[in-house]
Amino acid sequence: MGFATAIIIGAGQSGLAMSWHLSTRSIDHMVLERGEVANSWLTERWNSLRLLTPNWQTRLPGYAYRGDDPDGFMTMSEVVSFLQGYARLSCAPIVPGARVTRVRQQEVGYAVETNLGPWRCRKLVIATGACNLASIPSLAAGLPAAVTSLTPLQYINPALLPNGGVMIVGASASGIQLAREIRAAGRRVVLCVGEHVRLPRTYRGRDIQWWMDAIGAMDVRYDTMVEDIERARRLPSLQLIGTPERVTVDLNSLRKAGVELVGRLVGLCDGKAQFSGSLANHCALADLKMNRLLASIDDWVNTSGLAQQFAPPHGFEPTDVGSETRLCLDLIRAGIGTVIWATGYRPDYSWLDVPVLDRKGRIRHDGGIVSAPGMYVMGLPFMRRRKSSFIDGAGADAADLAAHLSQNLNRAAA
Amino acid sequence: MTTTSASATINNGVNVEALLGARMALEQAPEAAQFKWRASCEWVNGTHSRSAIGSFFGLGAEQSRNKTFTVEADHPQVFAAEDSAPTPVELVLSGLASCLTAGVAAIAQRRGIQLHSVRASLEADMDIQGILGIDDEVRNGFGAIRVHFDIRADASEDDIRALVAQSQKRSAVFDIVTNPTNVFVTVN
Repeated sequence: MGFATAIIIGAGQSGLAMSWHLSTRSIDHMVLERGEVANSWLTERWNSLRLLTPNWQTRLPGYAYRGDDPDGFMTMSEVVSFLQGYARLSCAPIVPGARVTRVRQQEVGYAVETNLGPWRCRKLVIATGACNLASIPSLAAGLPAAVTSLTPLQYINPALLPNGGVMIVGASASGIQLAREIRAAGRRVVLCVGEHVRLPRTYRGRDIQWWMDAIGAMDVRYDTMVEDIERARRLPSLQLIGTPERVTVDLNSLRKAGVELVGRLVGLCDGKAQFSGSLANHCALADLKMNRLLASIDDWVNTSGLAQQFAPPHGFEPTDVGSETRLCLDLIRAGIGTVIWATGYRPDYSWLDVPVLDRKGRIRHDGGIVSAPGMYVMGLPFMRRRKSSFIDGAGADAADLAAHLSQNLNRAAA
Repeated sequence: MTTTSASATINNGVNVEALLGARMALEQAPEAAQFKWRASCEWVNGTHSRSAIGSFFGLGAEQSRNKTFTVEADHPQVFAAEDSAPTPVELVLSGLASCLTAGVAAIAQRRGIQLHSVRASLEADMDIQGILGIDDEVRNGFGAIRVHFDIRADASEDDIRALVAQSQKRSAVFDIVTNPTNVFVTVN
C-alpha cells in the first residue's frame, strides 16, 4: 500500500497544473494516470481535431507555448507533446498506467484502489476531465439496427465511416466540425440543430478567444454570476473550429456547403427520425446572443479608447435555414448509414464510491471543493471561472484549490 | 438595461418573485413539479361541442378552481356546419398565441422591460385534402404556422426580439406544436 498526502487522479492539464501548485507548496503527492500523460487527448479525439483556443492561450503555471505561430491552433499530437513537456519540466510525480477502480472514504482521507495496487491519501483531487463519456439521449434506442451509431469519441475520420449518408445530432463544436469534414468528403450530411452558441472565429481582426480574454469574460467567477450558474454550466460548447486558415464555421457556411439543416432530433420510430419545428427559433436565439457578445466587445473597445487599434465593427449575416425545413426523415430510404451523437459529454465517476453525486449524476461542489472533506474536482465547465474547462483555466483553479487544500492540511495539523 | 431599481418601477402585472420562488422550491422538490392538466368535452350537435375545464393536479395535490370554464368549438358554414364557435384548429392557434404572449410578459418583467402593447397575429396553412381523405400524402394538420408579434415596449429592437425568442424557448404550447407527443386514446 502506498501513501501520499494528496493523490491527483489524471495527468492532463488540470492534474499537471495542480501537481505544479502542490509541489511549490511542498505538499507530497502522486498523480495516478490510467494511461500516459494527456491520455484523452492522445486516444479519444478524431484525426483532424485542433484546439479551439489559439497557441498563445495554451499556457499553464510556469509554462507556455513558445513556437513561432502564436495565433495557430495545436493539433492533438502537438497538445500531447506540450503536456508531456510540462510533465517533464515540472517533474510531476506521475504513476503511468494506474487505472483507479474505486475510491472509498476513510475515517481520515480516502482509499484509492488501482490496477497497480491500493493507495491511501488525505486529500483527493479528481482531474479526470469533463468529457470521459459521450452523452447520448435515450431516444437513440429507437435507431434501426442497420444504421451504425457512433460518438465523437469513437469517430476517427470520414474514410473510416460505414458507407452512406451521415446524420449528425448536435451542432456545437463537435457537431459542426464533423459535419464540415464529412460533407467535404462527399457524403450526404444531415445536421440536427438544437440549442447552440454561435460565434465567429475572428472579429475586428482578432481571434474571438482573444476578445473573450481581453474583456474579462473568461475570468468571470462562478460566485459572482448574476444569472443562474447552473444554467451557465450546462451551456453547449461554442460553435468554433481551429484551422490554420482561422475559418468561421457556422450554420450558414455549412448549409452553403450542402449540409442539410434540420431541427433538434425529437423522435426515432419505425426507422424514421423526427425533427422539432423549433429550428428557426434556436437560430434566432443564437444570433441574438452572438450579437450581444459582439456589442459588449464594441463597448469595451469604445471605453478603452483603443478603437484605432482594431478593425471597425461589422455584422454577420443572420442564420438562414430556409423555409422548407424537413420534419421527418426515413433513415433507411434516405441511405443514412451512420448517426453520430454529438450531443455532449460528461465525466465518468463510476469508480467513485463516495456519496457526492446529485440525482443527475453530477458531482456536488462549490467552485471545485467537493461536498466530501478533502476532496476536490477540476476542469468542469464554469467550475470556478468561465475558463475552468479550458487549458488556460487550469492554472488559476489549481492555484485556488491548492491554497484551500494546503490551508486545510495546516488546520488539521494545528 | 436591467437594473434592480428599473425592475422595481416597471409593471407588466406579472409576479416574477413568486415565479422565481416557485422555481427554487421545485428545484429542491422535483416531484412537486409533476402536473396533470385536464379537459372534458361533450358533444352538443353536429360538429358543435362544449369543453369544460376545471381542476388540475400539481404541487403534489388536486387543485380546484372557483369556477369551471367552458370552451366551445364548431366548424364554419363552408364545412356545412353551424359556425356557432371557433374551429378546434383555431383554438390551437389561440393557445399558442396566449402561451407565447404570457411568456413575453413574464420575461419582460424579469428583464425589467416595461411593455405598452403586445399583439400577436397568427396564420396557419392547411391543405384540407388531408382531413377529407383525398390524398394520403397530405397531412391533416398545419403545414406551417406563422406568428407575427407587434410589441411596443421601453427596450431596443434586439431586446424585444430576444423576449420573443426566449418566450418560444420556454413555451409549453410551442413545444407541443413543434415536437411529437404520444397520444393514448381509450374507449369505455
